[in-house]
Amino acid sequence: MLKISNVETFYGKIQALRGVDLDVNDGEIVSLIGSNGAGKSTLLMTISGVNKAKRGNIVFNGENIENQQPHKIVDMGICQVPEGRRIFSRLTVEENLRLGAHANEKGKYFENDIKEVYDLFPVLSDRKTQRGGTLSGGEQQMLAIGRALMSKPKVLLLDEPSLGIAPKLVNQIFVSIKNINKEKNVTIFLVEQNAKKALELADRAYVLVNGKVTIKGSGQELLKNKDIQAAYLEGGAKN
Amino acid sequence: MEKKDIIQSFKDSLFTGLIALALFGPIVGLRTASKGEGLFITPQWGIVFLLVGLCILGRFLINLNSARKTEITFFSKFTSKFSAITEDKAKHFAITAILFAVVFPFLPFTDRYFMDVAIMILTYIMLGWGLNIVVGLAGLLDLGYVAFYAVGAYSYALIATTFGWSFWICLPLAGVFAAFFGILLGFPVLRLRGDYLAIVTLGFGEIIRIILINWYEVTNGPDGITGIPRPSFFGLPFKRSPDEGETSFHLFFNLEYSTMHRIIFLYYLILVLALITNYFTLKIRKLPVGRAWEALREDEIACKSLGVNPTNTKLTAFAIGAMFGGFAGSFFATRQAFISPESFTFIESAIIVAIVVLGGMGSQTGVVLASIFLIGITEMFRDLEQYRMIAFGGAMVLIMVFKPKGILANRKPTILMHGDKK
Repeated sequence: MLKISNVETFYGKIQALRGVDLDVNDGEIVSLIGSNGAGKSTLLMTISGVNKAKRGNIVFNGENIENQQPHKIVDMGICQVPEGRRIFSRLTVEENLRLGAHANEKGKYFENDIKEVYDLFPVLSDRKTQRGGTLSGGEQQMLAIGRALMSKPKVLLLDEPSLGIAPKLVNQIFVSIKNINKEKNVTIFLVEQNAKKALELADRAYVLVNGKVTIKGSGQELLKNKDIQAAYLEGGAKN
Repeated sequence: MEKKDIIQSFKDSLFTGLIALALFGPIVGLRTASKGEGLFITPQWGIVFLLVGLCILGRFLINLNSARKTEITFFSKFTSKFSAITEDKAKHFAITAILFAVVFPFLPFTDRYFMDVAIMILTYIMLGWGLNIVVGLAGLLDLGYVAFYAVGAYSYALIATTFGWSFWICLPLAGVFAAFFGILLGFPVLRLRGDYLAIVTLGFGEIIRIILINWYEVTNGPDGITGIPRPSFFGLPFKRSPDEGETSFHLFFNLEYSTMHRIIFLYYLILVLALITNYFTLKIRKLPVGRAWEALREDEIACKSLGVNPTNTKLTAFAIGAMFGGFAGSFFATRQAFISPESFTFIESAIIVAIVVLGGMGSQTGVVLASIFLIGITEMFRDLEQYRMIAFGGAMVLIMVFKPKGILANRKPTILMHGDKK
């Protein structure tokens, strides 16, 4: 469905991605783990078209998208939940959701879609008219995911959904991600520093080190991998 | 209030006095006067000390006020009354204000001078509302808004004097030209934000003004354009003695001739234009493009990730904001019957930005209050000639001290729960 081959991305002269190869199949949950500065967010931004790849190809459903405009890519069905949530803090929860439908038939939103988001995250429904900035971190993350779902994506790119969120809510969000995948049949590409959670959830996973994929395999395989345990599980992210 | 606080605020006021002395000393204190063959300096220390004294006293009073938060003082009464005007109550306020504006020309105390001031305030309200689209909604700080005002005014003036077309044909054309210039400015600044954007728009405003001064063949340079046709009342001119074959307004309605007819007509014209601007803004906020403007103001990266096209969004904001500036410009041209680049200096842009910012970014009612406050106060002190700008500065300082986020700082959501409908 989404095939990334030999992608290299630069910030000026600094090379952030050094030839990344990975693919995401229809209906899967694929996780990408790696430490700070490994290039995880850069990869997502490159897929979304916010950063442009200098070399390499990104193919989505048989179409090359590496030179597409970001809004065209969302139109095609790839939507990103950016790192740090990036809620429109002065707009209300419902306004945030309506904005998510922007790629959808020139911004037409559907009451039904909004209702589905509220069913998925009931807490948002209680906070409809509250400003986005007044929500807790976890609620903001739910809002960010819900907002992205409004564009009816085929692939959802999630950038560190556990960042800065209470552990209890992290569990809830990961359960929701699984539900989105299974019930709404949305393919998930998840980037995480919380390696344990990300690997438990994933059908398949990749490890990114210094802008290159070093290890790949099923989620369970990677959980048992000695190197990964040493680098990312025991000494790294807790819980 | 404790003694310590008083001493503290007294010290602070003295420090303020020191700054005031440093500022006013050279600016006000040393006056150059030409005597005979050269310039001589005449000191005016009396005025300087008066001003410094005022600054110290003012600072001291403000300090006293903020130290005694819980006690009711004159100032806190004043501010709490002000913050009572929230956006919720703004609707009642708006209806009252519109009704007042409609009957205003027929009130007993309304004379020619009041009408002129009212027309001026309404022009600024319209400009403020137009700029509010760019600054308040889309969050693009535009310091060269007067350029679009100028484009509108000159488009109208040139088309009307060259082709003799009526105001009602020229008005939309002026809007189209201004919108075109908005897009022209929009393209180079697409990648800029914040301070950098502000600097480029500032430059753009100056470029337009300098072109107007130097393109003598078309714009008649610094001499400006004279004899711009006045608007007619649906084909009926406001003339004492109409040309042959024409009927003028007062003859048609069997009224005695009065210059007030035209003034009142101009007043209603700008009132309607301003209200259209307002209505348009309120409506477009609920449409996808308006929502995208607000989202762009909040977070550009989130917008991109959600599929908002930032290029189109910014360009439409510039174009539509500019269009309303152009409408206001053509109104200005037809009202004055004479325009020159003098009318489109940076200070005009600054005043409009001040109205939007001090009104509370994005608040429509705030723009009205700020226009009345800033333009009205400046007008009241017209007798003081160039010193009236001190009143303008004073009004700005007052707003900044008491309402630092603008008169109406709260953004009103476009969606309310069913129970919340007011």
